[in-house]
Amino acid sequence: MTEAGRPADMARTFAQKALARAAGEVAVAVGEIVDARPDIALSHDNTAPIAEIWRQFGQDRVVIPERMAVTLDHAVPAPTVRHARNHAEVRAFVAEQGIGHFFEVGRGICHQVLSEEAIVLPGDLVLGSDSHTPHFGWLGAFGAGVGRSEMAVLWATGELWLRVPESIRIRLEGTLGEWVTTKDVALTLIGDLGADGALYRSVEFDGRAIAGLSLDSRAALVNMMAEMGAKNAYMAPDEDVFRYLAGRLLTRPGRRKSRGSEPGETSGKVADRLRERALYPDACAEYVAEHVLDLSSVQPRVACPHQVDDTVGVCELESVRIDQAFIGTCTNGRLEDLGAVHRVMAGRRAAPGTRMVIVPASSEVWNEALARGWVADLAAAGAVFGTPGCGPCMGNHLGVLAPGEVCISSANRNFQGRMGDRGAEIYLASPAVVAASAIAGRIVHPREVTE
Amino acid sequence: MNGPVKIGRPFRGRVFRYGDHVNTDVIFPGRYTYTKSRPEEVVPHALEDLDPTFAGRVRPGDVIVAGWNWGCGSSREQAAVCLRYAGVGAVIARSFGRIFYRNALNNGLLAIVCPEAVDALEEGAEVEVDLEGSAIRCGDIAYEFSPFSPAVRSMINAGGLIEQTRRRLAEG
Repeated sequence: MTEAGRPADMARTFAQKALARAAGEVAVAVGEIVDARPDIALSHDNTAPIAEIWRQFGQDRVVIPERMAVTLDHAVPAPTVRHARNHAEVRAFVAEQGIGHFFEVGRGICHQVLSEEAIVLPGDLVLGSDSHTPHFGWLGAFGAGVGRSEMAVLWATGELWLRVPESIRIRLEGTLGEWVTTKDVALTLIGDLGADGALYRSVEFDGRAIAGLSLDSRAALVNMMAEMGAKNAYMAPDEDVFRYLAGRLLTRPGRRKSRGSEPGETSGKVADRLRERALYPDACAEYVAEHVLDLSSVQPRVACPHQVDDTVGVCELESVRIDQAFIGTCTNGRLEDLGAVHRVMAGRRAAPGTRMVIVPASSEVWNEALARGWVADLAAAGAVFGTPGCGPCMGNHLGVLAPGEVCISSANRNFQGRMGDRGAEIYLASPAVVAASAIAGRIVHPREVTE
Repeated sequence: MNGPVKIGRPFRGRVFRYGDHVNTDVIFPGRYTYTKSRPEEVVPHALEDLDPTFAGRVRPGDVIVAGWNWGCGSSREQAAVCLRYAGVGAVIARSFGRIFYRNALNNGLLAIVCPEAVDALEEGAEVEVDLEGSAIRCGDIAYEFSPFSPAVRSMINAGGLIEQTRRRLAEG
């Protein structure tokens, strides 16, 4: 590429590299508008209304059925007849169009399921009619949310225009202290930079600390960047990510084939291919802002109603009584999160008058929690469990709030009215803080109930 | 304002003022997201959890004036659609959540970044929005905003993303 302003040898961000690949260009400049062809187009319960829009185009067939992934996750199992009809329409559409990847009620939340199924790989572009699509940055993919109309256009044409965003680099150093999680890291960043601190930007994490973070922890941090306004977020993928995906591709031969891998390949060979596909920003790439965060300086934090960037240290809150504690969502409903809850709650009991609702992010998480005996222990501690999916996160079902009620939640949004009545209040925190608060009946540091 | 927004067809309306970080949940609550999608279903719920009086008061051509990060949060398109079909011609803000911004323009709802207008315009003020001249007028004062790109202008003139795509596909 020799065009002025975009030489191929210029140092580039992850966003530039990922969108260049998706647009079939050698190099793209920040601010450039590209026609991108996503590797995966994701939709969920909103698939039926998108199909209704798509039918206005008069096509018989969508043009990218093999690249489409559909999950039923936002209101599952159907809580009302209207939801049930919506699900039925989604199933009919999926069957009619031969959609490549479909996951039924109970399999889990789209972002978690597509990760577990190794449908999204490093370097991919994922566009989803869901605002937490930046989630896939934990695998080194470029994920961005789009609207329903745009998803319908994608189905009809296979491409969509995207502006190449400016990027912010966040370098992570140090290690997390006891009872501190990447949810606290995310709330610290959002508290410092604001709910629009990354508006329109690609947030690109790097630094030595990443190697010390579990995969579940990485996903939670990248996922939360949606709450900072990010277009996409990214974490440099390492051998842990390649091994995770390679193991899953090996047990799914059809998928491996569709993604350019051969039958009979070893796990090492599949990991090699993933490594070759991964994209990394150049060392001298240009960032509009660069931040360094020492993880050892982070303390458990809580976002107060009704703003995600209105954060305080959990110890600064004075006796906030709660009616409900909720564990779940694409942010913090994974196995590590249930493990933290188990560590805090097993052998103890939720405070009288406090409801503990747990909705695992996927059936895989649920099955593993069952196998480890955590579900029985947590049920004995007073927890109730919902079907894997989004649960009460956006106020559809499985634990919505009455006027005046207070909930502490491991989710990502505390907007007014989000989980039910607009007179309810939502605090956001890590799973450990949520679990400790369920035991105490008020918002507390996990130390308070475990020592 | 009668019919969709077009270049060269200025429209007039009154200002409804709101604050910063107004999210898509209060613009169109999530509890309706998977059961209500059509214009006639969504309009009565416009701004339900922010200003329950809004849907009953808004008239065609009215504009919303807001602060930073209007429309942050969910990707739900009803947040733009409910305003558009309630008659709102434009949202004028300091900045927008990026998915809302795209959804709005795709549906012919102008999303205009114009901090000077946000500073000056008061609740209930009568304004004229002129897409051709890229200006918002109130009395004899004009607040200019950056013109929309040719691609966005042609999409708005075609009646929005869906109509534009439908025509393109029909033309082959």
